[in-house]
Amino acid sequence: MKYIDEFRDGDLARGIAGAIAAEADASRRYNLMEFCGGHTHAISRYGLADLLPSNVNMIHGPGCPVCVLPIGRIDNAIELAARPGLILCTYADTMRVPASKGLSLLKAKARGADIRMVYSSTDAVRIAREHPDREVVFFAIGFETTTPPTAVAILQAEAEGLANFSVFCNHVLTPAAISNILESKEVRELGTVPLDGFIGPAHVSTVIGSQPYEYFAEEYGRPVVIAGFEPLDVMQAILMLVRQLNDGRAEVENEFTRAVTRDGNAKAKGLVAEVFELRRTFEWRGLGEVPYSALKIKERYRAFDAETRYAIEYVSVRDNKACECGAILRGVKKPVDCKVFGTVCTPENPIGSCMVSSEGACAAHYTYGRFKDTAIVAAPAEVEA
Amino acid sequence: MSAVRSGYVRPVDFRHGRIDMTHGSGGRAMAQLIDELFLRAFDNEWLREMNDQARFNVPAGRMVIATDSHVVSPLFFPGGDIGCLSVHGTINDVAMAGATPLNLAAGFVLEEGFPLADLKRIVESMAAAAREAGVPVVTGDTKVVERGKGDGVFITTTGTGIVPPGIEISGNRARPGDAILVSGTMGDHGVAIMSLRENLEFETTIRSDTAALHGLVAAMLAVVPGIRCLRDPTRGGLATTLNELARQSDCGMIIDEKCIPVAPQVAAACEFLGLDPLYVANEGKLVAICDAADADRLLAAMRAHPLGQGASIVGKVVADPHHFVQMDTSFGGRRVVDWLTGEQLPRIC
Amino acid sequence: MCLAIPARVVALTQPDTAQVDVGGVQMKVSLALVDDVHVGDFVIVHVGYALTKLDPAEAERTLATFAEAGLTAGAPA
Repeated sequence: MKYIDEFRDGDLARGIAGAIAAEADASRRYNLMEFCGGHTHAISRYGLADLLPSNVNMIHGPGCPVCVLPIGRIDNAIELAARPGLILCTYADTMRVPASKGLSLLKAKARGADIRMVYSSTDAVRIAREHPDREVVFFAIGFETTTPPTAVAILQAEAEGLANFSVFCNHVLTPAAISNILESKEVRELGTVPLDGFIGPAHVSTVIGSQPYEYFAEEYGRPVVIAGFEPLDVMQAILMLVRQLNDGRAEVENEFTRAVTRDGNAKAKGLVAEVFELRRTFEWRGLGEVPYSALKIKERYRAFDAETRYAIEYVSVRDNKACECGAILRGVKKPVDCKVFGTVCTPENPIGSCMVSSEGACAAHYTYGRFKDTAIVAAPAEVEA
Repeated sequence: MSAVRSGYVRPVDFRHGRIDMTHGSGGRAMAQLIDELFLRAFDNEWLREMNDQARFNVPAGRMVIATDSHVVSPLFFPGGDIGCLSVHGTINDVAMAGATPLNLAAGFVLEEGFPLADLKRIVESMAAAAREAGVPVVTGDTKVVERGKGDGVFITTTGTGIVPPGIEISGNRARPGDAILVSGTMGDHGVAIMSLRENLEFETTIRSDTAALHGLVAAMLAVVPGIRCLRDPTRGGLATTLNELARQSDCGMIIDEKCIPVAPQVAAACEFLGLDPLYVANEGKLVAICDAADADRLLAAMRAHPLGQGASIVGKVVADPHHFVQMDTSFGGRRVVDWLTGEQLPRIC
Repeated sequence: MCLAIPARVVALTQPDTAQVDVGGVQMKVSLALVDDVHVGDFVIVHVGYALTKLDPAEAERTLATFAEAGLTAGAPA
């Protein structure tokens, strides 16, 4: 696959790993947060930690829209799906997230709710078109990458006069989350989470551009390198961060130049601005209330807003007491620090969202990395193919 | 055009007719359907006896019996359908014991309203698959359920076979040092099915690999009678099968990603959907574990057979009390290949 | 967090949609978020939409940077 396979070349990886090892200053630690869940997934799936020197420490950030979606919002989605005749369309990622009363969207579907997994918002619009007699709600989640497709869906529904279509909007914003982490007590005062730099999200940045991160570099003095999704991109970004920190620089650099520009995608941003506006505050699972961090549908398009159409009441649900997802999402703790990790809380039986989403820190570590926590008998010599 | 038997009013309308509750009631409508469709398609000496059971001589050896229920949706997919899938699946379960399949029994649960044209297509596909495999369907049963209580049609097939002496194949026989082989590309069937699923439409020329593997198994045993384990990686894919075998055999495994054959289109479709080909179902492939000394000869025997041309040695069994299946990635790191958590769902995040 | 992959545009279909190809698998995607797309271009596809065009020159440049890093590396990994 073009532009995918070349960015997964093992030989090039070893070259970059060599450069990181050579240039990393042995007398200090480099604490780097990869904000985006996709980067967490890549690091785990390709075993990138194996290629880094021990003084480079990767901290997993909260850039996983499923992980930060509060239980209460999933409860709302389940309530919507339970309405007689209503079709709830959702991305498959949300299906297994545990909600209140032992339910999830998957379990609600098993009990008869008409919940349909879709790949694209256009599928939800098509379902609304094909079933004019049914109410159709699209459960919209995601960061800035996924928001423009929802905007297009609403505009299309309006153009076609699909009065039975609406959107339950849970879109959230990246820069607000980064601020929240940098402003958190642990980072700012206590210093318990030493955060030296960020790997910026890949595809969010194709939409918003590299410009929004300049604020963080200036205001907080932390370098940001925007990295593509493939493992070589991540390795290169780590090298660039190491170099910035060595040089004492705090700039925004772009490793993902093949898809990201400083200004991003003006057309997409324009469509989002047409349909959505900022919520004054929004609850993020693990981070609490974060101001100006999420979007709601503008007055002009309120006919397509499921929250007003169905008078949805949001009730905040506290996490299971043993669950450390909040601390893990903020980079304060690691999965193995959680008492229920791997015992009660597993991908089969997820207590919190970090385990449900395959790019959550806990699921990624459990699936790809936990064997490192246990002593394994040494493997015999290489396999002969 | 079906020939009309005396005593019947008119032939079954396979073009426009649908299953209704009379087809399950044991009366004339059911008898006519059985006669004009099932008996005609499967036609063999046992069915011609028209009994509720089939009687056959059992050759010497240990008998094997296996059963499988088939609930695939969609019913028709590139490369096959629920009919031939149900024949291949049970023949394969029998063959994975190293057994020579003898015969099959088939039970059908049909939903009221199911189009007879589809049923005919499925049954004829089953009959063709059974004939091609040389394994007759010797007895069967049909029931009808009310509309809404079934996904069109559910098929359960049960198969028997005989294991020749000297063959000891079981999931608990793998030993540290053994070689692990697969018979061909991984993930074809699952991707072929997914390409038709509502809301996931993508175009691909990937076809299901559904096939009866008893011929391949016989060719393998002729060269390496000491094969330790055989299993077909169906639901849950290669990863699940390896984890099962590791647990049963109380060992671990290390496989090499570079050695696992995956068709380029399957890899691409999995990228689109955020899936891992290691967890995607196969219906015409097998995993074999044998003594390391026999691996090259076994590989050659597999590659010489039409259903094993893509065979590859993918890894080694190791001692490991935790039963981890580890993989050396093509990228150069090592990771665990864990059990599947429920059905693999596509993701956007 | 957002699964997106580079795909080659093989045909422009109805207004604002394109047929794209990744490794032989083809899909229809919306072009509502991008302008000026031609057959042969590569686009980044996310949830059935093209998010942006991929710049082949920049891709080559990035790959060259990876190779450079390996060459200038001092001690082995």
